[in-house]
Amino acid sequence: MKLLSHIGRFTLLMLITFKRPESWKSFRKRIVTEMNDLGLDSLPIIAVISVFMGAVVTIQTSTNIDSGFIPLYTVGFAARQSVILEFSPTIIALILVGKVGSSISSEIGTMRVTEQIDALEIMGINSANFLIFPKIIAAVLINPFLITLSMAIGIAGGYAVAVGTGLIGASDYEYGIQLDFKMYDYYYAMIKTVVFAFVLTSIPAYFGYYTSGGSVEVGKSSTTAVVVSSIVILILNYLLTQLLLI
Amino acid sequence: MIKTVDLYKSFGETEVLTEINTEFERGKTNLIIGASGSGKTTLTKCIVGLIKPTKGKVLYEGKDFHAMDFQEKKEIRKKIGFLFQGGALFDSQTVEENLQFPLDMFTNQTAKEKLDRVNFCLDRVNLKGVNKLYPAELSGGMKKRVGIARAIAMKPQYLFCDEPNSGLDPKTSILIDNLIKEITHEYDITTIVITHDMNSVLEIGENVMFIHEGRKLWEGSRREILETNNREVVEFVYASSFMQTIREKANLK
Repeated sequence: MKLLSHIGRFTLLMLITFKRPESWKSFRKRIVTEMNDLGLDSLPIIAVISVFMGAVVTIQTSTNIDSGFIPLYTVGFAARQSVILEFSPTIIALILVGKVGSSISSEIGTMRVTEQIDALEIMGINSANFLIFPKIIAAVLINPFLITLSMAIGIAGGYAVAVGTGLIGASDYEYGIQLDFKMYDYYYAMIKTVVFAFVLTSIPAYFGYYTSGGSVEVGKSSTTAVVVSSIVILILNYLLTQLLLI
Repeated sequence: MIKTVDLYKSFGETEVLTEINTEFERGKTNLIIGASGSGKTTLTKCIVGLIKPTKGKVLYEGKDFHAMDFQEKKEIRKKIGFLFQGGALFDSQTVEENLQFPLDMFTNQTAKEKLDRVNFCLDRVNLKGVNKLYPAELSGGMKKRVGIARAIAMKPQYLFCDEPNSGLDPKTSILIDNLIKEITHEYDITTIVITHDMNSVLEIGENVMFIHEGRKLWEGSRREILETNNREVVEFVYASSFMQTIREKANLK
């Protein structure tokens, strides 16, 4: 029952959010700011995680190949497929839920409990549209670039560890990452990225927007937002994979 | 002028406001007083439309606010200035950006016109050189003054102040009270102040309404409040020994 109530309230909030902005100039400005805050500021953590992700996948694949019948370029192939299909779009989305989602929830929650949202409403501004819409658009626009970059860094991380530690030769790894490449795999990853970008901005925004009380409640909203967003991402990851890959 | 007609508000089974009928006159400082939890803030939120009343009307110049469509409500809201208890300044923006915000959203003014208006409003509340400061860098009194400056930036017809003196020292409280009174008379606007500060009542209470347990129990001027024999009002007004002394000295017993 509580779940249905949340779904209903979330849907109503999204209906108010997706309205024509009060001022297009201000809306554009906010999108750029949010792209910087939600996207570019996350670049260092994404880069660090991606490089180690690619490196670990490469080492694990390489050490698990015992048979001489399996060619060494399989390591490059496995690293590419793992990074493009799963690690970059899903794991990075989960990392972003922790970083960006909690920040969105606590920012909007604090605005709620300090009456800043009431101030917007009294001025005649649709507060949900003003606060949430630019964040969703910014994440949907910037996340595909971040994830693409994460894929490149992940594969490069694998290359560095493969060649640097002598696990396999550079030519084998290069051959492996080019082998049987299907553009559809990238599109599939991008579809997931866009859906997850919506989830990791809208759900934390929802929990922040309906916060009531004080600083303790802001903290609780933030925690709930991260937990719920992560679960929704994992469920959608399964459903999208079932729908798009099988 | 703002008028409420048979206003009721309930949260679940609890009735918070009961049959509130009152008028807030233009060009006057109208005070809503009452103990904590008496329904003052709920009444104000019903008047500005943040909460929908269970029953009754809120009339702005004769038109029922809660019966208006979205666009009409928006037009009314553009004419409302609101000073929140905690200031409710946008803490990610500087003082200048806070004041400029409604101008950016609702006017086509040039950057220079907007800056002139910002400086005029800051000057009006006796604040200079704070344009580039963030709310976190301001004192409580400065925040209230910036809040007032933001509230008047759009030249409002209706000014609401929610406990403007809470947390302020007596000197700053008087300064804020006088500022509210001056602005009300200068711009001939309808001002509604929620307070439980008796100093404010005596300083600026041109029309005072007393709320007790969600009901309007008494209405009158600041002079009349000292003379009333209404038991609840007397208990509220003369709760402090300071006010009791005033009453005794004035031989109002």
